[in-house]
Amino acid sequence: MEKAKTLYALLSGHQNEILRQWQKEQLAPGVLRSDLISPDELKQQMEDFLRYLVEAVKKDETEDMSSLEAWKEVRSFLTEISKTQAKKGFLPSETSMFIFSLKKPIFQLLQSYDTEDLEKFASDLWKVNTLLDQLGLLTMESYLKSKEEIIRRQQEEMLELSTPVVKIWEQVVAVPLIGTLDSARTQMVMENLLQEIVRVSATIAIIDITGVPTVDTLVAQHLFKTVSAARLMGAECVISGIRPQIAQTMVHLGVSFQDITTKATLAEAIKYAFSRVGYRISKGESTK
Amino acid sequence: MERIPILKMGKFLLVSIQVDMHDRLALTLQDELTARIVEENAKGVLIDISALEMVDSFIGRMLANIATMARILDAETVVVGMQPEVAITMVELGLSLPGVRTALNIEKGMEILNSLLQSETQDGTEGSET
Repeated sequence: MEKAKTLYALLSGHQNEILRQWQKEQLAPGVLRSDLISPDELKQQMEDFLRYLVEAVKKDETEDMSSLEAWKEVRSFLTEISKTQAKKGFLPSETSMFIFSLKKPIFQLLQSYDTEDLEKFASDLWKVNTLLDQLGLLTMESYLKSKEEIIRRQQEEMLELSTPVVKIWEQVVAVPLIGTLDSARTQMVMENLLQEIVRVSATIAIIDITGVPTVDTLVAQHLFKTVSAARLMGAECVISGIRPQIAQTMVHLGVSFQDITTKATLAEAIKYAFSRVGYRISKGESTK
Repeated sequence: MERIPILKMGKFLLVSIQVDMHDRLALTLQDELTARIVEENAKGVLIDISALEMVDSFIGRMLANIATMARILDAETVVVGMQPEVAITMVELGLSLPGVRTALNIEKGMEILNSLLQSETQDGTEGSET
């Protein structure tokens, strides 16, 4: 305990000096990302962080920081910084260097004061090292967390964007599928399609797979499921936009589209759908 | 005892399932429906399941069975108004009701039955109208 208190005394006594050194490290050309953050903003962040850190060291001197109240402010502050940095586009190494560059000034400080008592020097060094490592890991963790959050949100947005059901004409709806089909997406497509079938009381649904890059057995199975579900609701399904390569792979894989109407292009499918519901497309005078 | 009413409309029988199906009810319906088809000499059966919110494998199989039985008795079955969630469940259960005609609502179901009846009456000319 005695020694830990000295650590606090040391840190608080030389807070400005540490800050100056630290800022020198972080603001050095090549280190500072002036395109992402202004020097003043960074300085303010560092000053605030150091103040929180010294406060926390004062409140509690133990190494194990995760379970302690005293470190809550430091941690939340650091988490916030890392999150903003991740959003701004900082590199992971740059984010973690925010903490790791603090090592040098503090170690130098310890070196100049503690060398008399080697035992104390070692223990202080260990303490600071553990502390900063943990904080460094925390920055990494929050950095990754916020990145993952971005990915997750984009995935959700993609799901919503990629499954529009369009009404072509009375009783005819179409779903242009774009991108790879997995279980989650198929589920979504299925639900949207079926709801739309009820809403516009469609009798024919066209599933256009022009934008689906590959069709393997799993994707085919998903398509079959959608077709069966639509049929159970009383709507016929037409699959269109099957590219030559896809037709070849499907035959090689042994997937057969028996009992399902397939058309090569969306235009053909629309023509077929119209004839099924009793419309005829005819060419009239151009109004150009 | 709970029963599902079977209504007669011309040459067709109309069954509207408005309550939650349980196994006993399903079996009773199966019995009564087949009996009525023979009794009324019905040519078509329309089963409206728009109020059905849950379907298990038993009910699903029962629907398929009823359709098959009806066909043996020379009546076509049309299942109408299946809810999207029910359709998804059925597909996930592997019950795609092959051989059962489906329609979105009663109106369209009647259209199908009528056209089937017409094509049957024009039997002399093969009646392959769709």
